[in-house]
Amino acid sequence: MTAAFDYESLVTASDSGIQRFDAAIDGMTCAACIIDIEHGLRDLPGLLNVRVNYTNRRLALEWRDDSFSLSDAFERLRRMGYALHPFEISQSEREETETSRRLLRCLAIAGFGAMNIMLLSVGVWVGGDIDPETRDLFHGVSALIALPAAAFAGQPFFSSAFAALRAGRLNMDVPISVGVMLALVMSVYETLTHADHAYFDSAMMLLTFLLLGRFLDHAMRRKTRAVAANLAALRTPLACRLLPNGEEIMTPLARIKAEDIVRVRPGERLPIDGDILSGASTLDESLITGETMRRPVRQGDVVYAGSLNYDGLLSIRVVKASGATLLDEIERLLEKVSAARSAYMRLADRVSRLYAPMVHVGALITALLWLMRGASFHDALITAICVLIITCPCALALAVPAVQVVASGALFRAGVLLNSADAIERLAEADTILFDKTGTLTAPDQRVINADKINAAIIDLAATIARASTHPLARAIARERPRGATCEVREEQGHGVCALVNGEEARLGSVSYCAMEMEALELGPIDPEISLVAFRHGARSALFHIRQTLRSDAATQIQRLKDLGFSIEIMSGDRKEAVEKIALVLGVDQWRSAMKPKDKVARLEELRLAGRKTLMIGDGLNDAPALAAAYASISPIEATQLTQAAADAVFLGERLAPIITTLAIARQARHLMRQNLALSVIYNIFAVPLAMAGLLTPLIAAAAMSGSSLLVTLNALRAGKDDLTGDEKESSMDREEGFLAETFL
Amino acid sequence: MTILLFLVPLALLLGAIGLVAFMWSLRSGQFDDLDGAAHRVLMDDDIEKDL
Repeated sequence: MTAAFDYESLVTASDSGIQRFDAAIDGMTCAACIIDIEHGLRDLPGLLNVRVNYTNRRLALEWRDDSFSLSDAFERLRRMGYALHPFEISQSEREETETSRRLLRCLAIAGFGAMNIMLLSVGVWVGGDIDPETRDLFHGVSALIALPAAAFAGQPFFSSAFAALRAGRLNMDVPISVGVMLALVMSVYETLTHADHAYFDSAMMLLTFLLLGRFLDHAMRRKTRAVAANLAALRTPLACRLLPNGEEIMTPLARIKAEDIVRVRPGERLPIDGDILSGASTLDESLITGETMRRPVRQGDVVYAGSLNYDGLLSIRVVKASGATLLDEIERLLEKVSAARSAYMRLADRVSRLYAPMVHVGALITALLWLMRGASFHDALITAICVLIITCPCALALAVPAVQVVASGALFRAGVLLNSADAIERLAEADTILFDKTGTLTAPDQRVINADKINAAIIDLAATIARASTHPLARAIARERPRGATCEVREEQGHGVCALVNGEEARLGSVSYCAMEMEALELGPIDPEISLVAFRHGARSALFHIRQTLRSDAATQIQRLKDLGFSIEIMSGDRKEAVEKIALVLGVDQWRSAMKPKDKVARLEELRLAGRKTLMIGDGLNDAPALAAAYASISPIEATQLTQAAADAVFLGERLAPIITTLAIARQARHLMRQNLALSVIYNIFAVPLAMAGLLTPLIAAAAMSGSSLLVTLNALRAGKDDLTGDEKESSMDREEGFLAETFL
Repeated sequence: MTILLFLVPLALLLGAIGLVAFMWSLRSGQFDDLDGAAHRVLMDDDIEKDL
């Protein structure tokens, strides 16, 4: 990001005068980073408290007085190799945290109750010669523990069931609540009539295990939600504000006011509603109007938040500052991320919906059948309670989401953020991987290597134009002049950018776009890993030599992917020589150069017709159509917003290693989802007839039901575990070989 | 069996102490960063380094 960031606007002050700032940390790789960051910042003047949360990779800073400077902290972290992405903790996340704590509190109460009742019940169940007075005492004490504990710990189920019933629906909490309440009422009746057995223990055990399952599920979801919020911070809910002195500053969207002037580069979404002060472009407004045809806009036109800027730099005067439209859209994206409901999951949901009525009808039929066969009302009711308890669908309902939540957590730890609903399953099926070269196989940072041979005035002008583009090669040129203005440009995808300078057109882009083939030929054979970017402004022209370095682990990762049986291709828009050299170094036989965006899509189509499941990995604006067209897609975090929106997943960091981890985790996850669905179906096929036949006591029913849920959850926990340890083992080796690859270039 | 009049309340008391301790740790934010806590215990951040 070339513009500075307006940090101060995200500081929150508490009543006691302590100021607090939260940020997501990028670049945290291991636990040692905790101490690294905390110690590194501790001696900053004025800082009261610095705390890293390792679970969700966040940093909280607290200070009291003005002697502390936030930008010092940022600068120091940047030098240590960490990037900070500030964000505001959203209301929904706060609520999630509160719910999680409430569940944990309920779980503690339920666990306390269940354990103590169990202590008393074991005596009653085992001791056949227990005297009736002691038994009644134990039942009485159990009732005294169970009734308040159940009233407190059962709230999550009771309130949900009540809400569903009032709305005229049935959900899974209804049979749970009915089962627990029936068991408790029966038990109180049994206690008062001095019967042999009470079922306080079953009811409490059931509640405990259900709460445990619910808490685990919730905790994992909350983690993905936190990930999603970090992702939102990375995803820049920021706008580039133009200050009166011509400087640009990145400002959180919520802080943009009416009458501010905002810059929007090609490939970015408009953050606000406003009218165009200067610049011309075409906008994709499909998000707002549903119209897929792009609308050309120029000075004075009214534009809306959420439209996608295609090919020109725009300066927009803000009319509506709420920013709500884009925030809504980002929220929707986040919903997509956190709910991540794949086809399998929807199946599980459908099954659960059918399930609740079936359970009630099943329990009722059981009770009626037993009554008809002459059983006492008491026995019939106990059997019906058994059916209710044993069919609690936890196993079925947990089967898929548990795997997904664990897998996305594992992906997060590996530095991959999921973007698309059914991404895990599609990623698991990919068999052909297509890489873009620039910015994907090569490191995001590139350098102009012949800057000393080019006229400084030309570099000034070229950098001014380049700053308006998000192409990695343009960024390299822009980096030559880190401070400076930008100008209005028009970006032609796959060719370059042009701007009007002193009444004359200036072009920056491919050699042919600037009509400089002759000059390029005159250079003779040049180092093949150098990309040429041409610049022409009237009579003045220049050829920038930009060197790309491979990502440090590109060679090893490609080799490992090949060893795993993936077929690898490179599709680049770059020159043949540059692509050829890289393909040679990486050992990739299938490579194509000088491809336009539509060529890439055509190639993907070709592979699709050949029955391949393609995985596209790319970062550029020109890759966005290919990413959307591919069966599955991943893009690096440096990619433009448009590209990231088109990809299924986004990976962080300089290394390519997350890709292989993603594929491994996705395959493992798909395998486990199927296994879990099979397990829960088998469980119900066996357990329900047994319960209906009256062969199970409520205690055994509770244990069996909880057991199946635990089995499924534990099975889900395997998602991603093995692969991560394997990856860690190899990471040191990767770094070494990556270093070799870099020195070779 | 009079011993039960003593043992049952004692068992409940012990359980309640555990419950209260858990509630306190939950309230004081000890469950906020489970992964970090696992690593922090191994860090010698209380030892001043002699450079």
